[in-house]
Amino acid sequence: MRYGTVDVLNGIDLTAQRGEVIALLGPNGAGKTTTIEILEGFRLPSAGSVRVLGVEPARGDERWRAQIGVVLQSWRDHGRWRVRDLLSHLGDYYAPYATDLIQRPWPVDDLLAAVGLTAHANARVSRLSGGQRRRLDVAVGIVGRPELLFLDEPTVGLDPAARREFHELVHRLADLDQTTILLTTHDLAEAEKLADLIVILANGRIIARGSPDQLSRRLTTDAEIRWTCDGQRHVHATMDATGFLRDLLRDHGDGVQELEVRRANLEDAYLALVHEEETGIRTGWADRVWQQQEETR
Amino acid sequence: MNPKTTALRVGLRRGAIELRSTFTNGQDLWNYFFPTVVLLVAVFFMRGATVPGTDFSLGARTLPSALGMGLLFGGLLGLAQQLVVDREDGTLLRAKAIPNGMLGYLVGKLVLVSSVAMIGLVIQLTPGMLFLDGLRLGDPGAWFTLAWVVPLGLVATLPLGAMIGSLIENPRNMGLVVLPVMGLIGISGIFYPITGLPDWLQGTAQVFPLYWLGLGMRSALLPADLAAVEIGESWRHLEMVAVLGAWAVLGLVLAPVLLRRMARRESGSRVAARREQAMQRVG
Repeated sequence: MRYGTVDVLNGIDLTAQRGEVIALLGPNGAGKTTTIEILEGFRLPSAGSVRVLGVEPARGDERWRAQIGVVLQSWRDHGRWRVRDLLSHLGDYYAPYATDLIQRPWPVDDLLAAVGLTAHANARVSRLSGGQRRRLDVAVGIVGRPELLFLDEPTVGLDPAARREFHELVHRLADLDQTTILLTTHDLAEAEKLADLIVILANGRIIARGSPDQLSRRLTTDAEIRWTCDGQRHVHATMDATGFLRDLLRDHGDGVQELEVRRANLEDAYLALVHEEETGIRTGWADRVWQQQEETR
Repeated sequence: MNPKTTALRVGLRRGAIELRSTFTNGQDLWNYFFPTVVLLVAVFFMRGATVPGTDFSLGARTLPSALGMGLLFGGLLGLAQQLVVDREDGTLLRAKAIPNGMLGYLVGKLVLVSSVAMIGLVIQLTPGMLFLDGLRLGDPGAWFTLAWVVPLGLVATLPLGAMIGSLIENPRNMGLVVLPVMGLIGISGIFYPITGLPDWLQGTAQVFPLYWLGLGMRSALLPADLAAVEIGESWRHLEMVAVLGAWAVLGLVLAPVLLRRMARRESGSRVAARREQAMQRVG
């Protein structure tokens, strides 16, 4: 994908299995939205091959469209409509696409309950709070019971309780309804909690990918050990903290004071990785990650 | 059930829901009634003056002409405005994200805009009947003429509105359309007969739909002998059908092309970019 002569996406290679939740993780401007818009069929890639549910998105017909749910970053539409009217109206478009296996649309009352908007069913959309509006957006995204759901930064503006409810909804969609979900976020913790596969984007390319487990193993790093000995401060970085400490204490015994071992958490690792990619300053992080990735293949 | 048929039906319902919502919205009601009141006051004070060369009330001649102008405002500007606004707030993108959503959206919009235009016609005509003499509303012939002039007028103006709405991205640029329309009102014989204007101005006016919309409404609502003060001393129904029909054909051929082009280009980041612009205008 290219704007003018600048490639904004490069070598994005992504395959999703049915019922899988994939998180596209990355800082602002990493190319998350561009990627998702290409997959939604709202934007043409300048090169490369894209297949979504077996179809090139830009050529997807209405039947293809009916199998896909879209939640964009911000919607302000239909402000004058009432919540229930809007969901029931938009759901009607999906009725002809019901199959023996999938009943379409999602009955409005169940849907309202699922997203926690029952109390606001008769409210005007423009009167909803930011978090309620976001839930409505999600409700519209799933009213047609999509097989594939795109969520672009779905939890921005949600308070912690609403965020947790949303996470439960995502689990429910993926586990019970076998919905494949591709979501973008810049919150690593959220990606860890929701996704089967995390793909980290920066500068328009994939800099790391894996299950949350794999990633945290891969990204876990040197531990930093600080101590004082004979009034002098020392700092040492090592992968094998336990071994280093054993030697340290054997050699210096009681001379070692104020001992501190700190291991970078996943968040630190992620931020360092992204920083390195964006600034081009090599601190060895990315090389190590790639090296480990090769080894685990 | 065929998905297209469903979308048509859903679109009709959409139009009805939006119609109900617009007539329960204070701001919208003000926008509908305020110009009506201004028009009726103007016509009220013109009722004593006469059409040049006759003893017929100028006010009674102006009201039907203004109803024709109302069709242009409603059909062309009304639809264009709706498209521009709906594109800015993402309603169109929403329609695009839904199977056959664009079809349903468009049907709903046409229902809404043409209903508003026709309701506007009624709320302007009804009070006018009370204080204007000479409108032939009791004549079935008048209703027969209305029954084809009004739909023809809408078919000629709605596609033009759709074209303009697809071309204009920034709501601020609606002024580019409103200004020429204002100029057109001046030369199209809405508030005064144009037979006194220079020939080239009369010629220009007759290229555009507005003159013919006014003429059509006058031909429906005014007594037959008033035709004598029109160009060619006739209501010229054949020419009217030809000109309005030509605009309709032009619009119906080009509007789908432009609408499709507009829909194809819609994406989340475009809506977001427009929102950004709008915020800067406010801030």
